[in-house]
Amino acid sequence: MTALDSVLAQCRSENRAALIAYIPAGFPSKQGCHKVIQVLADAGVDAIEIGFPYSDPVMDGPVIQEAADISLRGGTQASDVFEALKTASGTGIASVVMTYWNPIEKYGVEKFAASIADNGGSGVITPDLTIEESAEWLKSAQSHSINPIYVVAPSTKDPRLARVTSVTGGFVYAASSMGVTGTRETVSIDAKDLVSRIKKVSDLPVCVGLGVSTRDQARSLAEYADGVIVGSAFIKLLLNAKDEQSGLDAVSHLAKELAKGVREGR
Amino acid sequence: METFDALGHFGQYGGRFVPEALIGALEELEAVHNQTQKDPEFIAELAELHRTYTGRPSIITEAKRFSEHAGGARIFLKREDLNHTGSHKINNVLGQALLTKRMGKKRIIAETGAGQHGVAAATAAALMGLECVVYMGEEDTRRQSLNVARMKLLGAEVVAVTSGSKTLKDAINEAMRDWVTNVHNTHYMLGTVAGPHPFPTMVRDFHKVIGEESRAQMLELTGRLPDAVLACIGGGSNAIGIFNAFIPDTDVRLIGLEAGGDGVETGRHAATINGGTPGVLHGTRSYVLQDKNGQTVESHSISAGLDYPGVGPEHAYLHDLGRAEYRAINDDAAMNAFALMSRTEGIIPAIETAHALAGALIIGNELGPKANLLINLSGRGDKDVQTAAQYFGIPL
Repeated sequence: MTALDSVLAQCRSENRAALIAYIPAGFPSKQGCHKVIQVLADAGVDAIEIGFPYSDPVMDGPVIQEAADISLRGGTQASDVFEALKTASGTGIASVVMTYWNPIEKYGVEKFAASIADNGGSGVITPDLTIEESAEWLKSAQSHSINPIYVVAPSTKDPRLARVTSVTGGFVYAASSMGVTGTRETVSIDAKDLVSRIKKVSDLPVCVGLGVSTRDQARSLAEYADGVIVGSAFIKLLLNAKDEQSGLDAVSHLAKELAKGVREGR
Repeated sequence: METFDALGHFGQYGGRFVPEALIGALEELEAVHNQTQKDPEFIAELAELHRTYTGRPSIITEAKRFSEHAGGARIFLKREDLNHTGSHKINNVLGQALLTKRMGKKRIIAETGAGQHGVAAATAAALMGLECVVYMGEEDTRRQSLNVARMKLLGAEVVAVTSGSKTLKDAINEAMRDWVTNVHNTHYMLGTVAGPHPFPTMVRDFHKVIGEESRAQMLELTGRLPDAVLACIGGGSNAIGIFNAFIPDTDVRLIGLEAGGDGVETGRHAATINGGTPGVLHGTRSYVLQDKNGQTVESHSISAGLDYPGVGPEHAYLHDLGRAEYRAINDDAAMNAFALMSRTEGIIPAIETAHALAGALIIGNELGPKANLLINLSGRGDKDVQTAAQYFGIPL
């Protein structure tokens, strides 16, 4: 059982949704990233996703693209991702890495899983890795006892939902709508339907991401989801901040609001 | 632990590395493609379009004066430049446009580098009454402003992509983002033999007519198969199109000419097989120009259509098998062949195609006067006049 499994079980026993925050390694700077992680943990976030920035992020909207660009220009590489992961797990909350497949393949699939475990990570979210291409990854994840987390979408049909969730660990990442990452005014009604379809084929916790930025949205998702994932909203605050401290303050404020939101849903 | 059968593999290459959101659309496309490949009505409809609209079969021209510079080897040009819209790209877009209609979708999106595929896609969309959005790197919209105007005249919307290196790779990223969002009513008309399964196979199937025609034409013209078949390689669609029919003819050398830019040794090139390593880009595993962290490295070429850090997975496979050879042609060598073809044969080739012609000069000299070389003249050079004039110092 990973730290992620434990925290999601804990949230379930408290009859509330978990709050999961996303921040790319090396953003807003190498050191700044570690400060953001600490601020998020202090504000009551249950788990952190550390992004491994990639040059061709086809699932990401302009906000995360910009953060990835900044991070990559700063020279971020795998070692920075693992350091951020270590900081996150060191705060006592669960931590995972989210990345496109090529950086994992280049690093070495088995070695990547080992480094996740060695740095206290609970798992990896792989948004462009299909189950058909997953044999080596699943074997490595299993041998290092980390959660292979897959993303499903409103367009995923029921038989495939069953197949994907059958190899997923930790939680099922439900994309709230068809599209790329980025904040949206409203989180689509597709999310509720998708979560209920997943619940029919899997006992895993289901966390919803894509588009969430406010306490109200977190509250309404928390009515039916086991976790709420927020990324672009934090990054936008950091991109727009006039200096590092005001960015950290804004992130802290939003995280506290969202932490209230996920406790108000039921 | 369950395992699932992987699809669309060429040895260790190919496959499907995409967000789940796209799986349904790729499965539908694969099913419709497989179905129509066996459907006499579809086959007849596409053949009729090629006869009455594309201008197929395309002719073969023997380049006698050019061959004097190629060691005297006989040089045969497969004239895909004479197709409607000026390149081989029309073969693929007409096929995919018919599939789009079969799937009941009303909107197509496309990426383009040199603009040839964008123009072809816009043309097919106009012909079949489909809405068309073309993503093009901002850098390429400058290099290929004539083609931007052509697409607009054809009724397409052209979106200049400003992210990343502002070239073809980023145009594909943006098209994928559009597709993830609008997949319910939109078909992604990918322009080359790359991307997730079924694209590498499907796009090859729509281009294999090039090789089928030219194999028969060469037998008729010369009484035998050519000694070598040459084509330029960006993503590799014109090359796979002309290679495919010759793959079983193991005596026929298949030679792909990649864009060497300033030289593979300088790092400023787009020679993915010569200068890259296996990796995953844009939904498929193949050779990729990447750094030690798996980040894609920007490619460089005077030719916008070859300026891509990936290559179709079947080429990676043919390379590893040793069935096809891949060489790099530098910008200067390509431009030299561009000028030579223009002056000796009265044919201004696309700069992409000029890489294959530069290859012919080298291979011809290696094989000598008894050799017959078949070159895919994949596109015409009208769109490149500005770039060429600049290169040769001709005032505009």
